[in-house]
Amino acid sequence: MANVTLRNVRKTYPGGFEAIKGIDVAVGDGQFCVLVGPSGCGKSTLLRMVAGLETISSGEIEIGERVVNTIEPADRDIAMVFQNYALYPHMTVYNNMAYGLRNRGMPKPEIEQRVREAARILEIEALLDRKPRQLSGGQRQRVAMGRAIVRQPKVFLFDEPLSNLDAKLRIAMRVEIRKLQRRLATTSIYVTHDQLEAMTLADILVVMNGGVVEQIGSPLEVYHRPATTFVASFIGAPPMNLIALEGSELRRQLGDHGDATTLGIRPEDLTLTSGDAGDGGLALKLRVDAVERVGPESFVYGRPGDHQGEAEIIVRVAGEHTPALGEHVLAVASRAKLHLFGRDGRRLEP
Amino acid sequence: MVENEGIRRYVAHAILWLGIAIVAFPVYLAIVASTQDAASIANGQMSLLPGGHLIETYYKTIFVGTSGSTREPVGVMLMNSLVMALAIACGKIAISIISAYAVVYFRFPLRMTIFWLIFITLMLPVEVRIYPTYKIAADLQLLDSYAGLTLPLIASATATLLFRQFFMTVPDELLEASRIDGAGPLRFFWDTLLPLSRTNIAALFVILFIYGWNQYLWPLLITTRDDMQTIVIGIRKMITTSDALTEWPVVMATAVLAMLPPVVVVVVMQKLFVRGLVETEK
Amino acid sequence: MHKNVVFQHRWLPYLLIAPQLLIVLAFFYWPALQAVWQSFLLQDAFGLSTTFVGFENYVELIRQPEYFGAVIRTFVFSALIAGSSLSFALLLAVMADKPLSGSTVYRTLLIWPYAVAPAVAGVLWIFMLHPSLGMVARGLRALGLDWNPLLNGNHAMILVVLAAAWKQISYNFLFFLAGLQSIPKSVLEAAAIDGAGPMRRFWTVTFPLLTPTIFFLIVVNIVYAFFDTFGIIDAMTGGGPAKATETLVYKVYLDGLLGGNLGSSAAQSVLLMMMVIVLTAIQFRYVERKVTY
Repeated sequence: MANVTLRNVRKTYPGGFEAIKGIDVAVGDGQFCVLVGPSGCGKSTLLRMVAGLETISSGEIEIGERVVNTIEPADRDIAMVFQNYALYPHMTVYNNMAYGLRNRGMPKPEIEQRVREAARILEIEALLDRKPRQLSGGQRQRVAMGRAIVRQPKVFLFDEPLSNLDAKLRIAMRVEIRKLQRRLATTSIYVTHDQLEAMTLADILVVMNGGVVEQIGSPLEVYHRPATTFVASFIGAPPMNLIALEGSELRRQLGDHGDATTLGIRPEDLTLTSGDAGDGGLALKLRVDAVERVGPESFVYGRPGDHQGEAEIIVRVAGEHTPALGEHVLAVASRAKLHLFGRDGRRLEP
Repeated sequence: MVENEGIRRYVAHAILWLGIAIVAFPVYLAIVASTQDAASIANGQMSLLPGGHLIETYYKTIFVGTSGSTREPVGVMLMNSLVMALAIACGKIAISIISAYAVVYFRFPLRMTIFWLIFITLMLPVEVRIYPTYKIAADLQLLDSYAGLTLPLIASATATLLFRQFFMTVPDELLEASRIDGAGPLRFFWDTLLPLSRTNIAALFVILFIYGWNQYLWPLLITTRDDMQTIVIGIRKMITTSDALTEWPVVMATAVLAMLPPVVVVVVMQKLFVRGLVETEK
Repeated sequence: MHKNVVFQHRWLPYLLIAPQLLIVLAFFYWPALQAVWQSFLLQDAFGLSTTFVGFENYVELIRQPEYFGAVIRTFVFSALIAGSSLSFALLLAVMADKPLSGSTVYRTLLIWPYAVAPAVAGVLWIFMLHPSLGMVARGLRALGLDWNPLLNGNHAMILVVLAAAWKQISYNFLFFLAGLQSIPKSVLEAAAIDGAGPMRRFWTVTFPLLTPTIFFLIVVNIVYAFFDTFGIIDAMTGGGPAKATETLVYKVYLDGLLGGNLGSSAAQSVLLMMMVIVLTAIQFRYVERKVTY
């Protein structure tokens, strides 16, 4: 069991490209940390630096009170699940799991016992004699997890492990990974670009963009109080409505709004009404452009009627009763649900 | 398509069988000749049907050799050919796979220079450097030895390129997973890369075995002793003596024996052979 | 050219590459450099002294009508082999590409000559076409043809070309078949719907789509005719009669064997090396083109 601590970690490639621009993250013992961000944000690079597969240009990475900067991956006491699973194609499932233990000179009976145990937990006991090519995607995924589990490492590292599965299986495996991690209570770092996966799995969520951390916090903290416009638009689906305040008549409605240049409202915090905003809230006149009905809820897309150029606003409506296309509606939000961001994109604390 | 039905089909079958007949005829003739007596062949009275001297001829060929000369029996030559072909095939595969491994999986000074040095040998077939190569081999005391027969031939740009190409398709994550599983460079090579290369090695082996077995110019230069001769060289020497003395049944039996191992390899391992042929030409 | 993920090791990669490198240096580069160096030297008749003569050996060589003859002969020889073997193989491949029952059997029965050693192929064909005892030769004589490759240079050339082309059929067949099978059936079906008959379809659709394969095979066949036919020539004619089948490679061999002019032999080798380089370059250009298709 171990903490993982990153102190001002940087990665500069020989060409001069800086992929990681000074990152500090502390993952507590047994916690599930998810690194999330768009592709190219450096999240995978960071994970591979923790694994020891990429060198560290500067800063420190600590696993269980030990600085591991120059330690080989095999000696860091970590296990990794790769995006394409990286199973050894010529070895049976059993040997795939046993290989790392054998390389460490573990006695045979103990290897056997550990592999059987992991297979039992993952319900792949019947597959132990098969080769990877005889397995389905979900089964391969389990074997990859098994290979990590048998090692009983200090830290699990996951590099987008679910992205090769179909949507249904992804959700099932997501739940399973979370249950497994709780049960083993092993510190885990998980990389994904899927914000929903990130939200559902994480104890600590690290939102990254362009090689820097935009925000660290619990999923709900990040959701309710996004630190930047980037986080606001990245976390949550459909994303938060971001409205430029400059030149908008909303400035008048808001009254005192400090230095805010951008206003954010989540689609579910807007309500369609015929009445008034009341209590100093906000009211937006919208002309309905499109409606998406997904069953339990519907999304109404509209533009402020008087500002043709302005961005589309999304409103989440419970149920299926929605306005008709072209109809003019009023969307209101209470003052407490508004997010204000300054010129630099950072949140202004009210 | 519809037009492939009917008469066109029979024409295609007929052309193919005719082609096969033309291709196979010389070999059929050799087999038939190896079962007949020398005199009727020398008189030009050979029959197109097999004769009754099969066992006699092959026994003589393999264990005794042509009469009236000091030639070794063909059994010895077969052995030499086998040793040479196996040594060339295995040697080429072994040194090529490890050099491809070094070039692909390591970074070291002069890496590309060395790679190009190996690559350019494609343009230096033995035929264009016959005598200087012979001289080196002679200086190294390699004449009339298995080492001399094989060593100069086991460098292989083609095999190195093939393995390099294959290694490039092996996912990086496999190496990373191995590193996390505690495998160093040699263990990764032995436990993972080598088993993954099995099909490529087998395909290459088929091609290289044939290449080695059929070598001609180099064994011709490097061997002078009769007991070091390969069968391909031996058969040629059997017919250089004046026509009247050539024992054609023995010569033809030798031809059949010389063809048999590589042809069997091609037919039995047809899939690997085709794969090897196509891959090495990429 | 290399992986993004590699091992770090100071001496292991050198150890791994050393065997190949040593062989390449000792048996390829050193002799090749020797050949180049010798081609600038002139040795006296007794091999006692050598003098540097610059390009004299080359000039001498090019002036020789014999060398010029060998060049022409080699090209004619290559063209005959490539032409006959390629057309025969293409015919068979086109037939075998049809959806016939037993097509895998046909393939098996056509590819095995690849495994026959050139020298052995030579022996087989001599036996068939030997003027006094050859089965086929007797047939030719019966037709009134004065067939005698031992005396008639053209006959000898035909004999060598037949054996060499025969051996190359299977190789060409395999690559033609692969080329034909990679042509999408839908293209041919579209042409059929456009009203093109089988023959027309072959010349207007199949053949043009096959040109990369054809071009590739022409280069390979030329290289084969230049170098790999050594065994055939040596076993069948020894370059005779009267040098009628002496190709460039065989001439280098003979000139050196007779212990004659080392400088001239070396100069011939160097010229051959240049031809190989040109051929290989063409082959690789083709490969590049194939990739961008």
